[in-house]
Amino acid sequence: MSAAGRAEGRLSLRQAAYVIARRDFTAILFSRTFIFFLLGPLFPLIVGALAGGIGQQVAAEGGAPQIGVAMEGPRADAMLAAHAHLAPELGSALPDMIELKRLAPGESYNARRVLDERRGNLAAIVTGTPERPVLTGTEERIAHWQGPVALVAAQALRRMPTDFPEVALEKVATSGAKERSGRMSTAQAGQTLLFLLIMLLAGMVLSNLVEEKGNKIIEVLAAAIPMDAVFLGKLFAMLAVSMVGIAAWASVIGGLILLAGPAGPLGAQLQDLPTPGVGWPLFILLGVVYFAMGYLLLGSIFLAIGSMAATVREVQTLSMPVTMLQLLVFFFSSFALTQTGRPIELAAIAFPLSSPFAMLGRAATDEALWPHALALAWQVLAVAVFIRLGAALFRKRVMKSGPQGARKRRGLIALLKAQRDGP
Amino acid sequence: MQTEPGDPPGSGNSGESPSGPLAIEARGLVKRFDGTLAVDGVDLSVPEGSIYGILGPNGAGKTTTLRMLLGIIDPDEGFRRVLGHERPHDVARLIGYLPEERGLYPSMKAYEAIAFMGALRGLQLKLGRERGRELLETHGLGHAAERQIRQLSKGMAQTVQLLGTLVHKPQLVVLDEPFSGLDALNQGKLERMIRGLAEEGTTVIFSTHVIAHAERLCERIAIIAGGRVPFAGRVDTARDRIPPQVRLETRAQQGPWRGALPADARREGSFWHFSLPESGIEPLLRALIEGEAGILSLSIERAGLHDAFIAIAGEAAARALGTEAGEGEQA
Repeated sequence: MSAAGRAEGRLSLRQAAYVIARRDFTAILFSRTFIFFLLGPLFPLIVGALAGGIGQQVAAEGGAPQIGVAMEGPRADAMLAAHAHLAPELGSALPDMIELKRLAPGESYNARRVLDERRGNLAAIVTGTPERPVLTGTEERIAHWQGPVALVAAQALRRMPTDFPEVALEKVATSGAKERSGRMSTAQAGQTLLFLLIMLLAGMVLSNLVEEKGNKIIEVLAAAIPMDAVFLGKLFAMLAVSMVGIAAWASVIGGLILLAGPAGPLGAQLQDLPTPGVGWPLFILLGVVYFAMGYLLLGSIFLAIGSMAATVREVQTLSMPVTMLQLLVFFFSSFALTQTGRPIELAAIAFPLSSPFAMLGRAATDEALWPHALALAWQVLAVAVFIRLGAALFRKRVMKSGPQGARKRRGLIALLKAQRDGP
Repeated sequence: MQTEPGDPPGSGNSGESPSGPLAIEARGLVKRFDGTLAVDGVDLSVPEGSIYGILGPNGAGKTTTLRMLLGIIDPDEGFRRVLGHERPHDVARLIGYLPEERGLYPSMKAYEAIAFMGALRGLQLKLGRERGRELLETHGLGHAAERQIRQLSKGMAQTVQLLGTLVHKPQLVVLDEPFSGLDALNQGKLERMIRGLAEEGTTVIFSTHVIAHAERLCERIAIIAGGRVPFAGRVDTARDRIPPQVRLETRAQQGPWRGALPADARREGSFWHFSLPESGIEPLLRALIEGEAGILSLSIERAGLHDAFIAIAGEAAARALGTEAGEGEQA
């Protein structure tokens, strides 16, 4: 058949995919699902805020760990006085110190037994004398407090200056250390947001397909257009929906900043945010592109899974390992953030499913742009392969897993039962 | 086995081939699912502009055959040509398909659903909407045009899907069990609609397990049983597989004329039933008159499609068909 004849007789792949994408896009955009999608990012924020608040409250109510002092009276007084003298200078570097027992001369004290009783916030006990202090506690506590206790003992023995010169303080907005730590936070936040959005969307595209199979529409589609077009249409419709969602979120945040002004609390907070390595505009642009890549990769897998499943339960069973895998990929990418330039980071960039996360992390921490060009080329290639494989599996499986398949399985079970029961 | 166009049809398919242009031509179609043979060498020749029925019990392979003809699934073996093209999707714009398992988007409005189905076949959305409203109006569902599919009755939704199958004015309409789930009134409407399409030159091929529909509508049928097509051809030819049946009532019970009755003659009450002898009715009539049998009534009836189906597909297939038809009617 000539190309012209074919064009006359059927829709091209692009046209057919557009028909599906247009239907899905409008249907989802005007559905409750889209409202959930818009509100989706709020849930982790609310949960995070609640968890943080509760954590702070628990920590506050639990109190800070303390070091108990059990020495002869004057020595215990000297230790506590030294602690009181040093505390304003050292702040939180010095743990709380309390008098546990004033010992009589020659009296022994069993610190191990007292710690075994697990009293209050007592984390370690100093016994002996300031000249020869003995610190009893768990391994990590004594390793951490060895220095501060020695400092307090030295002060008690007056082996340290009694006056400390006043240090004049000059604040700067940032430093190399602060910027690095801030960029790491930005990278982690970006990766987390990317992960949540992709998982949410992939789940939506999957439930959309299952619903379609349940509605028996899939056969109408399969008869009219190539299955590849159904696959592509669904995949890109959801991507378009997500772009609308992201645009809506960006508008809301932008609107709030404009309303509050740059001096407002939100504007000030945003100004305090550490600038990502590639700068904010490029970071946001790369975030959107990596989101699209990550979604297309995972969406292809989820759609292929959907083609094999006949019921929602089957979908849940089949998609669980992929969800777990994606969670591992997310953790892998987060870990790779701390391994800049090492083989682990390169592996995270090379593995298609983790590549968008790893590269977004890199965009936050590193200024270089060329790695993004390379990674995007690699991801585009991976997306093409995933879509092709996913569409092939979809085409092969989608018409074999409907209710008829279920009927056949029931028939098989009945046959096996009949064989077992005999004539 | 790779069958080519022009090959003779399968050995079991002994109906005569149509001489005019064909809308569908299939030779030796084979389909296996997980090693199970679902369709085993199906041959079909559907003339353009005809109403063609595919008759068989559930599980016979009707739906699988139709799906292969439409390109929804590919055959493992064999050859198919639809509207002159070996790849059915290449002529998707010219085909309308109503699957057995009806499906529409529940949240779509009726006219939008029709337009969407047209869009899948290349019809512009705007034009599809206009035609959708017109078709709904023509078929007495104008009041439901703005209603969502989920708000329609099952019969109305089924009509909407059928209209969606026709909205792009296809040359070939494929209907899989179109009568199932319809009440008698709507079955009549559908029969009229199918006849109307054929009058306009559209080829209609439909599957059914109700012999009466095929007998009323079709010029040609294919009988499918166990994945094979033991007969494909004119309905008349199928009937001619069985000689006409004679029903005779005589006043006399005994006499020399009894010897003139064919060997398969059986008595039921006061009637004799037997197949019309190859020599015709005249020698028997002569013997009856000369033997003073006293003929009270004598009728020669052409065999019905049901009897032809039994003769061609076997008692078991006919029983399965009968049971399903009964269940369908009860439903």
